[in-house]
Amino acid sequence: MSDDAFIAGLERVDDVRPPKVDSPLKRIALAFIEDKLAIVGLVLFLCVATVAILAPWITPQNPYDLAQLDIMDGGLPPGETSFATGGTYWLGTDLQGRDMLSAIAYGLRISLVVAGISLGFAITIGVMLGVAAAYFGGRVDSFIMRIVDLQLSFPAILIALILLALLGRGVDKVILALVIVQWAYYARTVRSSAIVERRKDYIEAARCLGLSHRRIMFRHLLPNCVPPLIVVATVQVAQAIALEATLSFLGVGVPITEPSLGLLIANGYDYLLSGRYWISLFPGIALVLTIIAINLVGDRLRDVLNPRLQK
Amino acid sequence: MTLLDVRDLKTHFFTRDGVAKAVDGVTFSLERGEILGIVGESGSGKSVTGFSILGLVDPPGKVVSGQIIFDGTDLVAAGEKTIKGLRGKRIAMIFQDPMMTLNPVLRIDTQMVETVLAHEKVSRAEALARARETLTMVGISAPDERLRSYPHQFSGGMRQRVAIAIALLHKPDLIIADEPTTALDVTIQAQILAEVQRLCAQSNTALIWITHDLAVVSGLADRLAVMYAGRIVEEGRTADIIGQPLHPYTRGLIGSVPQGKPHGAMLTQINGMAPSLLNLPEGCRFRPRCPRADEACLVDPPLSEPIRGRGVRCVHPHLETRDEVLAS
Amino acid sequence: MIVYLVRRFGQSLLAIAAMAVLVFVGVYAIGNPVDILINPEANQAEIEATVARLGLDKPLWEQFLLFVWNALHGDLGDSFVYGRPAVEIILERLPATMELAFVALILSVGIGVPLGVLAGLKPDSIAGRSIMAGSILGFSLPNFWQGMLLILVFAVLLGWLPAGGRGETVDVLGMQLSFLTLDGLRHLILPAVNLALFKMSLIIRLTRANTREANLQDYVKFARAKGLSSRRVVLVHILKNIMIPVVTIIGLELGSMVAFAIVTETVFAWPGMGKLLIDSINLLDRPLIVAYLMLTVFIIVTINLVVDVLYSVLDPRVRLSEVKG
Repeated sequence: MSDDAFIAGLERVDDVRPPKVDSPLKRIALAFIEDKLAIVGLVLFLCVATVAILAPWITPQNPYDLAQLDIMDGGLPPGETSFATGGTYWLGTDLQGRDMLSAIAYGLRISLVVAGISLGFAITIGVMLGVAAAYFGGRVDSFIMRIVDLQLSFPAILIALILLALLGRGVDKVILALVIVQWAYYARTVRSSAIVERRKDYIEAARCLGLSHRRIMFRHLLPNCVPPLIVVATVQVAQAIALEATLSFLGVGVPITEPSLGLLIANGYDYLLSGRYWISLFPGIALVLTIIAINLVGDRLRDVLNPRLQK
Repeated sequence: MTLLDVRDLKTHFFTRDGVAKAVDGVTFSLERGEILGIVGESGSGKSVTGFSILGLVDPPGKVVSGQIIFDGTDLVAAGEKTIKGLRGKRIAMIFQDPMMTLNPVLRIDTQMVETVLAHEKVSRAEALARARETLTMVGISAPDERLRSYPHQFSGGMRQRVAIAIALLHKPDLIIADEPTTALDVTIQAQILAEVQRLCAQSNTALIWITHDLAVVSGLADRLAVMYAGRIVEEGRTADIIGQPLHPYTRGLIGSVPQGKPHGAMLTQINGMAPSLLNLPEGCRFRPRCPRADEACLVDPPLSEPIRGRGVRCVHPHLETRDEVLAS
Repeated sequence: MIVYLVRRFGQSLLAIAAMAVLVFVGVYAIGNPVDILINPEANQAEIEATVARLGLDKPLWEQFLLFVWNALHGDLGDSFVYGRPAVEIILERLPATMELAFVALILSVGIGVPLGVLAGLKPDSIAGRSIMAGSILGFSLPNFWQGMLLILVFAVLLGWLPAGGRGETVDVLGMQLSFLTLDGLRHLILPAVNLALFKMSLIIRLTRANTREANLQDYVKFARAKGLSSRRVVLVHILKNIMIPVVTIIGLELGSMVAFAIVTETVFAWPGMGKLLIDSINLLDRPLIVAYLMLTVFIIVTINLVVDVLYSVLDPRVRLSEVKG
């Protein structure tokens, strides 16, 4: 038989090019954009975040500058013209004549700031304790995880509510409550992935080389915990926004001077039954869109980052 | 009379990455009481062939064409209702992993009685009596106690006996056994093999024994069908095939079994890997791995008219004698 | 089994003790207990009397023992607003909350499990996809916002159901229950649905995931190979397997329903203990807050304990390994 023909045949058959080697980040990004809903979520979230950041510069009025409010414009339904300035209130006004569109942008800002700052603190505390638990094991591990278990056995809203009932309302206190409620999720996530990694030989090798605890923990263990951490963080941010809104709605969250979306909804709630639905409904829609956007992104990230589902 | 006649069966899986032709034109037949061994590597389509007969191919898989004529009825054309009436009643199946086939949260009696009641209108007590009797038949002592147990209280071999008992409850005409001994210890394997052989002979039940292990099936089967990449590449009487394999793939399979060779003889191996069913080679599917392949193999060979009493799907079959094979 | 029960019981006691310490530290050590526990409007004589009764003049550890001692006797202080023992007031409101939580639980399981199984059996069908989309929505929308939408649609726009309150109740064994009267039932529907929706989404997701997994198992294929009807395969073989995780979650969620009821009760002005808590926070009725906290912790810990025990009874594998161990 002819070797050349055989080889030619082989080449035709084994039409398998060597796989392109992409950076993990690029691979994840490519996988992420395969899902249309996830793109919608991401774009939506970016829009929401932009509005929140730029609120003071893009809104028609500063809703908390009393000089800019006109009681004559109070309680106007969406699309009405202002008596004072002649501008249009696309989403109506509340009873003080506050433009709801501007109020929502400002409220979004507060909601996102609270969620973002609490995320930062909670993730830092959670990661440090989680990695420490996995790395040191033994008593340290069981002590930290007991606290985590204890805390997670009670609903977050209950813990936050009680804290705020004892501390009083305030942006700083809401952030504190959210951090206390959330750190345990991160600690648990980090610990469970770090402990898998911890058992591998190279950690032992790193120890034998005499690397410091800190270096092993943060240079070797931590990077392996990042994918699940990202997934948990997106879920938790959505939860934090919802929780803050709920607390503010219940009247124990942010103060009246710095109303988040939840407080806006609460303020309009009394007028819901009398037909002035827009005061409450539009902040609610903004809140819901924000949460859904984050959840869509989170859902996709979970699929993309889950090693079990990767082919 | 022929019990089962499978003609040009094609079962394809419609995945996101393309169509996987798991079974692609399989033809064989089976007489009453006959034992057929289907041998092949994982992914050769041997298990899917078994599931196709029972109409148990899960989506995205689908029987796309061909006929499965069981006792005169074409099961592909007849539809779900007919097959459902046969499943467990006239055609039974035994699965590979006994740890997984029994429902972990249901007692053995529940799982046996429901099988009886699925096909016959008898009282629970009668069904229970049948279950007890069948358990004794497959060599399980103290069946009353066993019936009240949960699967996890049994060893692997014991569970497979229970699964066999469930298959035998309705004295089926055909049992399809999908690697039923692979997950078991060697000694248990031998026991189960002997048991199945005895039970089938007793009740004149036909058996399709699906396996990747040529050594196991060669002592059991009357006939063998060797599958590769969704097709039968060689088919005939067990002794003939073992004695003189015609297809290079069969030859490779036999060459890689240590059994029955002089001490110190080299084991041969088949180079390369089974092809992806999504991306099959042109022409003969074994061509990229075949030592005898040439241009002629770029044309897909059909299953031949019987050569020395068997069909083979090869352009260059080994027509040398067995001694030459062993010497090579 | 007994060893397991004792150990599990010990854990529960530990959880309650830990929470008691935290509450004590929060009220007595960080804040000034005189401010927190004594009515700001009380006169000097009243203050002194309460200080003496609660032992606020004694050292901290003695105060703690007294706090525990009083708590064990059901004395968590008197409400400022009502002037009666806080525990008593909360217990009066307990049936309303429990009724709401139970009806919501039944709704979320009764609707959530079938929908989840359906979505799990046919994940790619239109029905399966819409169920999942709905559950993501139920998951994403904050509870109070869902409640507001329900009121907006069913009470304000359609006018079918009342927007709040409890309606007519019937006295059963000393408890006021709504669901036995038509009026009460009409008042119950919206808050119960509101409380149920979030849990329902959770149960749908869980049931779907478990059904999908069970459906791929060999025992399901074997059951079908035995010739069983699809109905029996789903209702017995799949359902019995997925019930174990589902029951666990349901049990744990019952506890959190008591907490989530705070929101629903506030939205629908449902006179349960959650609404009482929010009212107390607004009125700074701190003994009531403390009593609510201790009582809720007790309820949740008890529920978790019962669920764990039920779980071990339900799963023969757990049951037997515990017997052996």
